[in-house]
Amino acid sequence: MRKTMTGLFAGVGLMWACGTSAQAQELTIFWAEWDPANYLQELVNEYEAQTGVKVTVETTPWADFQTKAFTEFNAKGSAYDLVVGDSQWIGAASEAGHYVDLTEFFTKHNLTQVMAPATVKYYSEYPANSKKYWSIPAEGDAVGWSYRKDWFEDPKEMEAFKAKYGYDLAPPKTWAEMRDIAEFFHRPDQKRYGIAIYTDNSYDGLVMGVENAIFSFGGELGDYQNYKVDGIINSEKNVKALELYRELYGFTPPGWAKSFFVENNQAITENLAAMSMNYFAFFPALVNEASNPNAKVTGFFANPAGPNGEQFAALGGQGISVISYSKNQEEAMKFLEWFIKDETQKRWAELGGYTASAKVLESPEFQNATPYNKAFYETMFKVKDFWATPEYAELLIQMNQRIYPFVTAGQGKAKEALDSLAADWNATFKKYGRNK
Amino acid sequence: MATAVMTSLDTKSRAASHGMSDIRIRNLFIVPTILFLIVFNIFPLIYSLGYSFTDFRASSNAPANFVGLQNYRELLNDPFIWSNFAITAKYVIVSVSGQVIVGFGTAMLLNRDIPLKGLLTTLLLLPMMLSMAVVGLFWKLLYDPSFGIINYTLGLGSFEWLSNPDMALYAVAITDIWMWSPFVMLLSLAGLSAVPKHLYEAAAIDRAGPFYTFFRITLPLVAPILMIAIIFRTMEAFKTFDLAYILTSQPTTEVISIRLYKMAFQEWQTGRSCALAYIVLIMVLAITNIYVKYLNKVKER
Repeated sequence: MRKTMTGLFAGVGLMWACGTSAQAQELTIFWAEWDPANYLQELVNEYEAQTGVKVTVETTPWADFQTKAFTEFNAKGSAYDLVVGDSQWIGAASEAGHYVDLTEFFTKHNLTQVMAPATVKYYSEYPANSKKYWSIPAEGDAVGWSYRKDWFEDPKEMEAFKAKYGYDLAPPKTWAEMRDIAEFFHRPDQKRYGIAIYTDNSYDGLVMGVENAIFSFGGELGDYQNYKVDGIINSEKNVKALELYRELYGFTPPGWAKSFFVENNQAITENLAAMSMNYFAFFPALVNEASNPNAKVTGFFANPAGPNGEQFAALGGQGISVISYSKNQEEAMKFLEWFIKDETQKRWAELGGYTASAKVLESPEFQNATPYNKAFYETMFKVKDFWATPEYAELLIQMNQRIYPFVTAGQGKAKEALDSLAADWNATFKKYGRNK
Repeated sequence: MATAVMTSLDTKSRAASHGMSDIRIRNLFIVPTILFLIVFNIFPLIYSLGYSFTDFRASSNAPANFVGLQNYRELLNDPFIWSNFAITAKYVIVSVSGQVIVGFGTAMLLNRDIPLKGLLTTLLLLPMMLSMAVVGLFWKLLYDPSFGIINYTLGLGSFEWLSNPDMALYAVAITDIWMWSPFVMLLSLAGLSAVPKHLYEAAAIDRAGPFYTFFRITLPLVAPILMIAIIFRTMEAFKTFDLAYILTSQPTTEVISIRLYKMAFQEWQTGRSCALAYIVLIMVLAITNIYVKYLNKVKER
């Protein structure tokens, strides 16, 4: 009996030891469900081929991404080893101890020089200018525009446009031109509409759309250093930007009040709109004839300039972080060392991912690889982002609550919406002792 | 009968032979249930009550600080929260009234001798057997202003159901009415079939009209079971989340459960959301109590 029990315990012990060893050979990366996640899975398959470590990219729909990720973090769960988290999460995740501090890793590999400056600033560093880093820039992204070249280049349309507006029909260089073009192509009787913009208020869709206008109008969301918002978020520039965004909503297809990246690509693929706002990460689907019957006649342009010539865009994209509760942190760090290598970053870009590596971004090879890569490269040097403080989710919901009724239903005035937003944000910062 | 007694004795003797008394066997089934209730219902309820008096945020590793009634005070003074309650109340009234009218009306129609009555009843029950998520996505397509079949059938052009802030709540309520009227119909049908036929015969002999028969015989006798349907549907409509969340993201359809979800799982204001959950619970309990009192009065008549 004693022999049997000893054998049994030895067997269980061996199984446990083997189990632990097998676990160390696997890594799970958590990300949202979109094309770049599929490209990442392809990339990490190559890591498995080289090292034998199996890496799985587990995804969830964008609408659940934040909730699912933070539920796992809060439970101190070890289901995921790495997460490709949104840029605005970095304050909440780092202050709460969910992310591993990567400052040493950053310094050792000189990543502030290796990666494009904007990506380091928005995806990795928190607090701003602290030189503390919590993630490696993984998927660089920003908002750009696609348009129907065939509609724009139709001689009859060009003539009619010139007659009506007094200048040539071409991809807009300013938001005012974009408004004119949207108005010109808005023909509900022909089921053709002027423009597709972000309006979904369930996460950051609408806010990012409005940010594109605000930043290019020379406005800001606030002073990120001292949490001052009054007179900034409700500035005259921002009021004008929000009014124009509301005006553009009038030229969108019917029922466009809950539209984000999927719908905005559909606006081009289904012949609905002349121009469409979207993240660069979704543009590969627009140059692919299998997913876009209009691929050959789809063009791209960067976010246009505001009335004073300033030209910025809202930042998308994410950095990759090691989760504090992962049991495979050592293996995860080895993976990151492989991920930041020049050849890996080059391969990442070839697969369709938006590398943040400055060297790859600057290469003619990258810039000429697609019709939009050059616009992406240029945009990544003029991007701005939302608040990354731990209270970003409250700030985001408050902004949605205030601007959504104005943009989609014309309720109230832009100034009133932004004044109320300033009051909400002030109260939130006061509640958390930020703006003492 | 003899077989039954024998079986019972056999079981007893078998249990006794294993040293298990009736009480032990009963406890074997009851104790796990009680434990399950304590662990999964009562403990979280009390735990969350404790959190509702703190500033705890599940997203941070900071400890919970006791803030007394601050969360309750702030929530009850928050105009957005009251607006969410007003939207919820409007939704409950429209949705439940619609379900009672459609469900009871359908039950009245089915409470006749009609061919294929069984098949018709089964088919009418189908909507409530579907999942909320599927119904939400299905009706989202039906309401689509560009290719939705509703606008096409009604000749409404590109009428916006879900994007229109004034219409969106009604669109959600219509979907809920479609889905849950069969539930009211089923209960009403049970009530209607239980009305003694001789009452109608007596009314017919007295030459009572259909109006009189309905209000003096049918409705009073079906009222208790109809009230039970109303209680269930009111509680469910008050807690509604799925349909409104899937169909629209309008501020005019942000019922209290959506606000609660955002507060708890997007903003991670755990303590505050616990307080809101308790306010909602108290409201649902109060409404249910009023209904139950009314139901008892109806039964006494």
